[in-house]
Amino acid sequence: MAENKSNSKAVIVKDLVKKFGSFVANDHLNFEVDKGEIFGFLGANGAGKTTAIKILCGLSHPTSGEVNVAGYDIYKQRDLIKKNIGYMSQKFSLYDDLSIAENIRFYGGIYGLSRKKIKEKTAEYIEKLGLQAYTKSMVKELPLGFKQKLAFSVAIVHDPPIVFLDEPTGGVDPITRRQFWELIYKEAAKGKTIFVTTHYMDEAEYCDRVSIMVDGRIEALDKPAILKETYNAESMEEVFIQLARG
Amino acid sequence: MISIKNLYKSYGNIQALKDISVEIHEGELFGFIGPDGAGKTTLFRILTSLLIPDSGSARVIDLDVVNDYKKLRTQLGYMPGRFSLYQDLTVEENLNFFAGIFKTTLQENYELIKPIYHQIEPFKKRRAGDLSGGMKQKLALSCALIHKPKVLFLDEPTTGVDAVSRKEFWEMLQSLKKQGITIVVSTPYMDEAALCDRIALIQKGELLDIDKPQNIIDRYSHFLYGIKADRMYDLVNQLREHPQCLSAYLFGEYIHFASISEIDINQLKEDIVNSGIEQVEIIQLKANIEDSFMDLMAKAEK
Repeated sequence: MAENKSNSKAVIVKDLVKKFGSFVANDHLNFEVDKGEIFGFLGANGAGKTTAIKILCGLSHPTSGEVNVAGYDIYKQRDLIKKNIGYMSQKFSLYDDLSIAENIRFYGGIYGLSRKKIKEKTAEYIEKLGLQAYTKSMVKELPLGFKQKLAFSVAIVHDPPIVFLDEPTGGVDPITRRQFWELIYKEAAKGKTIFVTTHYMDEAEYCDRVSIMVDGRIEALDKPAILKETYNAESMEEVFIQLARG
Repeated sequence: MISIKNLYKSYGNIQALKDISVEIHEGELFGFIGPDGAGKTTLFRILTSLLIPDSGSARVIDLDVVNDYKKLRTQLGYMPGRFSLYQDLTVEENLNFFAGIFKTTLQENYELIKPIYHQIEPFKKRRAGDLSGGMKQKLALSCALIHKPKVLFLDEPTTGVDAVSRKEFWEMLQSLKKQGITIVVSTPYMDEAALCDRIALIQKGELLDIDKPQNIIDRYSHFLYGIKADRMYDLVNQLREHPQCLSAYLFGEYIHFASISEIDINQLKEDIVNSGIEQVEIIQLKANIEDSFMDLMAKAEK
């Protein structure tokens, strides 16, 4: 039964606690993310989001609690978790002085993709993202919007069942921001689980469900429409401000 | 107060600013709104005398930014986008350092910075590098104000800051404005436009429009509808196929559907439902600043 459950869930977190000295960064977090769901992980600066994401990605150890990501246990199967997740940071982590193809080859190589597969992926991304004009350029010469779409594509080059996006849309123009969300929708429609953080409260509306962290705890978790109803708010921004201001 | 005329600046073959002209009045809270790479930081560096334009001119407090830079620097406050204080000095040491450079003291201008500084004063012995993001921002603003500048330049003060801290920061700016300081601020967050007296929309080094936020919104000339349903991604793609569609974008809870002419809402709803998409709701909308920006952006691309 327990095994069955982990099969329909992309993430299971039970009583997760993370302490730094006497400071409790994550205070008994409990939540589950369904496969194929777009899950918004919101919170004020310093609420403990990054700490939790690092644990989910296998980069940091929890102090206590149970965590299962993509069907693997965070204590015993961290290497398997790293192979089965994608991660895109707000800083994009592309190599500025490599070309598009070299970046794809680098990340494909790290994830053990065959040469043939890497070639296929490179052609696919250049076509799909409209990068034809930039095949000879270094990544640093790409406009920000292209860079962002490339960073997302590279993060899922190994076709992981779940991808973590840490403030992926900061600073881009409003049209590019929306194109990026359409990319996210497209991947979610194929069954990929999307775990995303953002400071744009309108983007919270694009998520199937949203959790809001305050001072290391999850204060609210539900569909955006239900949260607005519960807090008698016009927008997700109002919900967020009510919760985060206490 | 600030007069910018036909300003140009290039880096190699990248044109960062193209023919920028703006007048900013005394006591105004003026916003440059645009995404990363629009040229906001280049413009701010020119206005604060840190960068020389290729051509054109700019005067700030009636001083030329190139010829009168020494005098100008004593009268303006500048908070760069990147935290630029000394991380290994304490809060108090940073403030005293900046006060010293401008030949003043913390005590002399305490009243001006008090509303901001008192929030971090309990941590005055803490190193700046150990402060939280919100506290760093308050310290940086205090340092930029320490010499009681006539004009304050804030380059993306709220980028990467959560919705609550952003709100608090704008409340601080409103109270500074009441003290008569002219404030020039840049931001990629479109919703902050409404908090400025006047704004300039900037994209790829060019100004799209300059006016009061409401006037820019009022100039939006298309018919705009908000549409939501159970499958938003399919819906947005379908709407783009509509013969009267000018644009269709995800927009929080609704898709914003712009059309050249008025649409029969009931007919549109029926069409969408017939295609198998359910829970369809359509409302008529007034444009907001982001609709205007996207429309002006699309026109500029053409």
